[in-house]
Amino acid sequence: MEFKTFVFYVLAAILVFAALRTITARNPVHAALFLVLAFFSTAALWMLLQAEFLAIILIMVYVGAVMVLFMFVVMMLDIDIARLRHRFWSYLPLGGMIGLLMVAEMALVLSGKYFSVEALPGQTMPEGYSNTKELGRLLYTEYVYPFELASVILLVGVIAAVMLTLRQRKDTKYQKPAEQLAVRRNDRVRLVRMAAEKDAPAESAAAPDQGGGQ
Amino acid sequence: MEALILNFFQWFWDLFGLWDSIWGWFQHLWPLVWSILRIVAILVPLILGVAYLPYFERKVIAFMHVRIGPNRVGPLGLFQPIADGLKLFFKEVLVPSKASKKLFIFGPIVALAPALIAWAVVPFADGWVLADIDAGVLFLLAITSIGIYGIIISGWASNSKYPFLGAMRASAQMISYEIAMGMALVAVLMVSNSLNLSEIVRVQNVGRFADMGLSVLSWNFIPLLPLFLVYLISGVAETNRAPFDVVEGESEIVAGHMIEYSGMAFALFFLAEYANMILVSFLTAIFFLGGWLSPVGFLPDGHHWLALKVSFLLFCFLWFRATFPRYRYDQIMRLGWKVFIPICITWILVVGVWMMSPFNIWK
Repeated sequence: MEFKTFVFYVLAAILVFAALRTITARNPVHAALFLVLAFFSTAALWMLLQAEFLAIILIMVYVGAVMVLFMFVVMMLDIDIARLRHRFWSYLPLGGMIGLLMVAEMALVLSGKYFSVEALPGQTMPEGYSNTKELGRLLYTEYVYPFELASVILLVGVIAAVMLTLRQRKDTKYQKPAEQLAVRRNDRVRLVRMAAEKDAPAESAAAPDQGGGQ
Repeated sequence: MEALILNFFQWFWDLFGLWDSIWGWFQHLWPLVWSILRIVAILVPLILGVAYLPYFERKVIAFMHVRIGPNRVGPLGLFQPIADGLKLFFKEVLVPSKASKKLFIFGPIVALAPALIAWAVVPFADGWVLADIDAGVLFLLAITSIGIYGIIISGWASNSKYPFLGAMRASAQMISYEIAMGMALVAVLMVSNSLNLSEIVRVQNVGRFADMGLSVLSWNFIPLLPLFLVYLISGVAETNRAPFDVVEGESEIVAGHMIEYSGMAFALFFLAEYANMILVSFLTAIFFLGGWLSPVGFLPDGHHWLALKVSFLLFCFLWFRATFPRYRYDQIMRLGWKVFIPICITWILVVGVWMMSPFNIWK
């Protein structure tokens, strides 16, 4: 067995294990961390296919940003495992069907005429070939309009998510940095010139003390 | 270098007349051994630097406070890091009874590992790099974005309120500043037309001023000055150093995610923080300050220039800590999202137009 094949099987085994644990882990934080592990193994597999740009972007976007925010949310939820699981059996047939459908689709595509391993061109990349550069060139020349369209759709998604969850409260307190920066000493502190007060005579100062003691 | 070491081995074993029999099986192992040797050659100075940076920090801040700083252990207190290390080494690692034990131990490891992995692509001089890969910058961005998991995991696994607050603050802050750092790098990529770190440094030695023998004027920090500042400040925020240290904020949440840790587990966080500081300084020097290039033509290039630049940047880190009061949390968020990111986008646009105009200086 070639060393590369060996690495592939090790990574694939880790990936399958992590994916299984993602859906079977009882604690949602553990599940999220196993998902991170699954992303890592996937990225490593893609790296084996010399798709270094996709592999690194997968880690950067999904592990570095998406899953961090995911953890952020999951950690703050008070999740009752028993309540989550009580409809497990009623949802199982539907979930199973969707899973089977996805497997069938993948099988159709991968075993078909156009995408099977034999149909793809061999990996004979010229010296100095940069996956990243080629992808960038294609994205910004041939596919520039679909690319821009996709980014606009994402932007719409971002704004919509903000607008849907935005609740304006009347008593919100917020800072106005411009005003804070514009503050000068004279706005906050008033210096008052006054004459020094004379010390009171000793007898009259002692009198209230006696009164207080009674 | 590789041939030199191999020759030494050959000479050594030839003394016993064993070289031929050893080389028979050793040649298959040699690539692995050579990689490990290079990794050790990077990590040992790094760990030494991490050990002595806190000493340097205490001395510098003491100087700025008109104090003496550590001066008890050894001459000038030079053995202080070793004493601290030994103390931490012999302390017990306490695990809170309600903590999630596996993740509690896992957290510090995840915090330190990316800070060490990232060194694989850092060039120290022309050709002195462990992995000279084309996607170096992407690799760095990907690896450094993992470090935050150490903080989040340890904050959650401690099962305690202050660590959890620290983890929340960390995830929000580090994600925000990662974007600004990435954006600042986009313009660097545009002008150097490469993702390879060595290439980025080499490109900074090209241009009118570099031809005149003043390479310092053709480094990236002059045409990309706003981005240089953004990167520098974001680097301070990304490593959770003062004045952006709300993640640990002693006066607010004691020590954030590190409260429940003791002994070596705490030491790992400590190592990670300082290793990250050194890493960010190296990256700033490479991306904006010309890496190993000498500032003037008549002095030879070399790794000592990189060391000088990194030392200055590290000094800046300490200087900031002694100078600025801690930022308020909402101000940190505002600075990241409403100031730095717009500056980056604007300057990317400016650089784009500049490169398309006849005044392009990066041809």
